[in-house]
Amino acid sequence: METRNLALEIVTTVVQDMSGELAYPSLRNVSPETPLFGGPDGIDSLSLVRIVAEVEREAEQKAGKRVVLADERAMSMRHSPFRSVTSLADLLAERLGE
Amino acid sequence: MQPVMLITGTRKGIGRFLVDRYVARGYVVAGCSREPFEGAAPENYHHYCVDVTDEPHVVEMVRDVSKRFGGIAALINNAGVAAMNHLLLTPVATIERIFRTNVFGTFIVMREVAKVMSSARHGRIVNFATVATPLNLEGEASYAASKAAVESLTRVAARELAPFQITVNAVGPTPVLTDLIRNVPKQKMDALIAAQSIRRMGEYRDVANVIDFFIAADSDFVTGQTLYLGGIN
Repeated sequence: METRNLALEIVTTVVQDMSGELAYPSLRNVSPETPLFGGPDGIDSLSLVRIVAEVEREAEQKAGKRVVLADERAMSMRHSPFRSVTSLADLLAERLGE
Repeated sequence: MQPVMLITGTRKGIGRFLVDRYVARGYVVAGCSREPFEGAAPENYHHYCVDVTDEPHVVEMVRDVSKRFGGIAALINNAGVAAMNHLLLTPVATIERIFRTNVFGTFIVMREVAKVMSSARHGRIVNFATVATPLNLEGEASYAASKAAVESLTRVAARELAPFQITVNAVGPTPVLTDLIRNVPKQKMDALIAAQSIRRMGEYRDVANVIDFFIAADSDFVTGQTLYLGGIN
């Protein structure tokens, strides 16, 4: 599978799987546009931590590569990579491709 | 199902003692050290030759323990190194080595195990501090500073992991007869013990008793604490 598609699948699956437990109305129907961190419908920081940790774990299992998503590079990006499912998938694809 | 415990630094000393204690109490115990386990390993003990500062190997070990035994209920972050020297005579390589094991090693294992525990929404982590920190012992600048960092890690981790029902505490032993203090002069040791409220050498059971308390089911409201032995504070 192409890296970007795999990354999107990983992020979407993780958010979908955790949506029941996290109980945010915005996470009920997960799509690439689903907002994550920041904005009026955003999740809290602890929920983001859990999602990112799970995405890293899933990425290692499915792509066979250990990635770190929440590092200084990600934190200092002009547009936060944690703002939506698609932006997090973009970040994951980038790291998987490195 | 038997609870699973991971203990670092199990080859000898307190770590070795803790292996026997918690296996006898019905835990499945996994442990690690840089070298192979000394002597016959008890049933229900599983040894990994892993250096706690080696991140990829720690990640692999934690994943394996979690997979094989079904999670990790308790982590005893015991692995540590010490060195005594006057500040003026301490090479940077020494303080780097001490921080690498005591601080970075504790951090790496704690982070990886906390990932497993956070999925289970339960966990007990016990780190190792020392009375050398509150006593500001001369000759122990590197060691005491590294353990001060462990105390700080413990307090912050306790806050960050509390939402996952994970408690993080530290035990601060007095001198216990282990390899770490074998080369400390007797005069120095006597002075150290004289600074304690209860003036005797610590024993393994003293340390284990504090760990028993921190990992008890009823200790779910105890976190971010460093408990020094011997009446030092």
